[in-house]
Amino acid sequence: MKKKLVRKLVMQLVAFVVIFIVLTLLMNTGVINTFWAGILLLCGINVTLAVSLNLATGYLGQLTLGHAGFMAVGAYVSALCSIYLNLPFALTLILGALSAGLVGLLIGIPILRLKGDYLCIITLAFNEIIRVIIVNLKITNGAKGLIGTPNDTTFAWVFWLMALTIFVVYSIVNSRHGRAIIAIREDDTASELSGINNVYYKILAFAISALFAGLAGGLYSHYIGVLVPKYFDYNKSVEILVMVVLGGMGNLPGSIIAALVLTILPSLLMSFSQYRMLVYAIVLIAAMLLKHSDAGIALRAKLPKFHRKNKEVTE
Amino acid sequence: MDFINQVINGLSTGSMYALVAIGYTMVYGIGKMINFAHGEIIMVSAYVALICMSTYHLPVVVSVLISIAVTALLGVVTEKVAYKPLRGKGSLEVLITAIGVSYLLQNIFLLAFTSSGRTFPQIMPSGSIKAGGLSISYITIITLVISFICTGILLFFINKTKLGKAMLAVSEDQGAASLMGINVNNTISLAFAIGSGLGAVAGTIYGCKFSLINPYIGQMLGIKAFIAAVLGGIGSIPGAMVGGLMIGVAESLTIAYISSDFSDAVVFGILILILIIKPAGLFGKNVREKV
Amino acid sequence: MAQPLLKTEGLGIQFGGLKAVDEFNFEIEQGQLFGLIGPNGAGKTTIFNLLTGVYQPTSGQILFEGQSLLHKSPTKITEMGIARTFQNIRLFKDMSVIDNVKVGLHHSEEYHLISAILHTPSFFKGEEEIDRKARELLRVFDLEQYAQVKASNLPYGKQRQLEIARALGTDPKLLLLDEPAAGMNPTETADLMKTIELVREKFGVAILLIEHDMKLVMGICEKIAVLNFGTMLAFDVPEKIKNNPQVIEAYLGSDE
Repeated sequence: MKKKLVRKLVMQLVAFVVIFIVLTLLMNTGVINTFWAGILLLCGINVTLAVSLNLATGYLGQLTLGHAGFMAVGAYVSALCSIYLNLPFALTLILGALSAGLVGLLIGIPILRLKGDYLCIITLAFNEIIRVIIVNLKITNGAKGLIGTPNDTTFAWVFWLMALTIFVVYSIVNSRHGRAIIAIREDDTASELSGINNVYYKILAFAISALFAGLAGGLYSHYIGVLVPKYFDYNKSVEILVMVVLGGMGNLPGSIIAALVLTILPSLLMSFSQYRMLVYAIVLIAAMLLKHSDAGIALRAKLPKFHRKNKEVTE
Repeated sequence: MDFINQVINGLSTGSMYALVAIGYTMVYGIGKMINFAHGEIIMVSAYVALICMSTYHLPVVVSVLISIAVTALLGVVTEKVAYKPLRGKGSLEVLITAIGVSYLLQNIFLLAFTSSGRTFPQIMPSGSIKAGGLSISYITIITLVISFICTGILLFFINKTKLGKAMLAVSEDQGAASLMGINVNNTISLAFAIGSGLGAVAGTIYGCKFSLINPYIGQMLGIKAFIAAVLGGIGSIPGAMVGGLMIGVAESLTIAYISSDFSDAVVFGILILILIIKPAGLFGKNVREKV
Repeated sequence: MAQPLLKTEGLGIQFGGLKAVDEFNFEIEQGQLFGLIGPNGAGKTTIFNLLTGVYQPTSGQILFEGQSLLHKSPTKITEMGIARTFQNIRLFKDMSVIDNVKVGLHHSEEYHLISAILHTPSFFKGEEEIDRKARELLRVFDLEQYAQVKASNLPYGKQRQLEIARALGTDPKLLLLDEPAAGMNPTETADLMKTIELVREKFGVAILLIEHDMKLVMGICEKIAVLNFGTMLAFDVPEKIKNNPQVIEAYLGSDE
């Protein structure tokens, strides 16, 4: 088992290195122009966000709509550390991520008793409160936006921190801790009565999820010239949640692909910018209906199948 | 005196929230879903009323009635097309679909009317009643009166008529209600129709109060009204009313005595407190999970 | 004298004004196989919920190896050594069969989260150990060939057995089985009887069993408690229970 897992991880690392080298070469030779290089960078940030949210929403099964709030905490803390304390970039990222994780922990303790729609709405409320606080603080320059953050975020930073996030989330969900987290999603009464400390694992998963959102925030703030609180509103949280849902709850490759598609697609539609959100809305509704409604399931059954998951057992 | 003025203004705005909150609470009670597009449906209603009045120069009452009818129909159609196929499939899927519908409506209206606001015709008398140190505008009073009349009619309908009782039954237990011969699908449609129709009344009031509407007005209005519904205890109509009034007053007092920048934060703060202290809301009932 | 494994004293719970369980006194010795029967709504599952900390009793005391279970969380009680199954099967449906058991084995190898992320030797050792134990448990229930199958795709009878396997993963001293034979055909029930006896021998656990299938209860239990309207009606060996007029009346109703 050990050998198999190690081989798998090494193979994945090799794949990441190859992808990184190819993309870097393409960017350096100008095949990928600066516009698309910027999109690729955003792709990396969004993958980090989607993968981290997948831990809380996909694996733990807690419907949260406040991920952009944690991203904001990370973004502003790291940006302010850079501007006012002149700390090295890596350190500001760590501080940003830790602050977001801490906020996640503090928020998680009282709210994770709630479930479903209630949890969703309370996380949205925290998201908005974080945003209002940022708007009203002097040090963040409020709604006008924070300027002067050094442009330290490079493609390499984004790519490897994204890889780190994927690796950490993957390692967690494939351990006894991850099984506990998934068990809570499946049946929180049965998990408790199987000796799982639900409260501990819920808060743990939520805080780790927030921590990596904060990391993504730090990368974002050192990339974008003007950091405005408006970016981190409810719509950003929805965007991240949609990536997780479209990619499949508790499906890591799925959220990676969904994050890539949902970042690249709108950029392709740039010239039709006024139709962009309209298309997005229609895709969203259609995807949900196709994927989950009876009619949609029947329709997909008529299409040729490429692979069959989970063999059925009959006796 | 100023304090009392602010409270009355708050009650008036709150009664508008209450009308919207009733829509959430009915749909949640009966359809077991947060209709995230409810705010946008109200935005649509405001535009419909506006077009009837400004473009077609229809009388106010006719315009409002058309707006109510169109909005109720929109609510029912949304439910049939987007939510019904996903009923019983999990709250996340429905939630995302509802968010999709809200984006869809918002962007259709952005394309049709652009993001710049349109002036809403002044259909309510301006001016105000002055008594003692109090100064209450007519709009404030009319809003309060209309909201209370609407809620009264609704409560009568739900508690005294057969259809209303069917709604209560469906909200208690869909399976049992359908075994008793109640048509669950029609009842859910009715809940959407009534909720959206009441929202249309709120939409017109919004237009009169703020005299400017744009395709974004639904989002915050919707979220605040939803908070009011949660505050009152989701599923409870009197709860939605009280919750709406409380949110309105809290907001108005924050704007008057703290800062308008914090009014949203205070509303969200109230939501967080209530959910942490009493998740079932003021009038909601706690349900024990069966093991 | 050795203290009993589990002892309840005047155990009771009220919901609103209703006394669901009242003045319930009984004892289980180490390794005993114990039946709890009674008509529907007699409060049997409520007793399970009280013993496992799902409900807090409104009166009385529960002692497990001499320690009070009052105000202990279900997780803590499970760690102390009481495991259970559920009347309406509660598996982790989307997880594989073996992962269900591995959740039960959560505390058997407590490597740290950091080890899991860094893939330290203790992670690999722990996971290998958990895997080995899980397969051993699956073998007991003849579930090994289904290890990678999604739990919800198992046939019904196998699901009930998987639930028992998962419960045994927590290394209990007392195993509570809530209607393990519900919905089973006679062959499956006969298999189950064998499994239960096997479990007791192999794992040395005491078993408390709620069951409607009289043949099963009378066949394997050493002692039976009969519950009616939340109170203990009789508490005796199977032969005596069978002929107890009060018990017969509770089940069949009297002629008067």
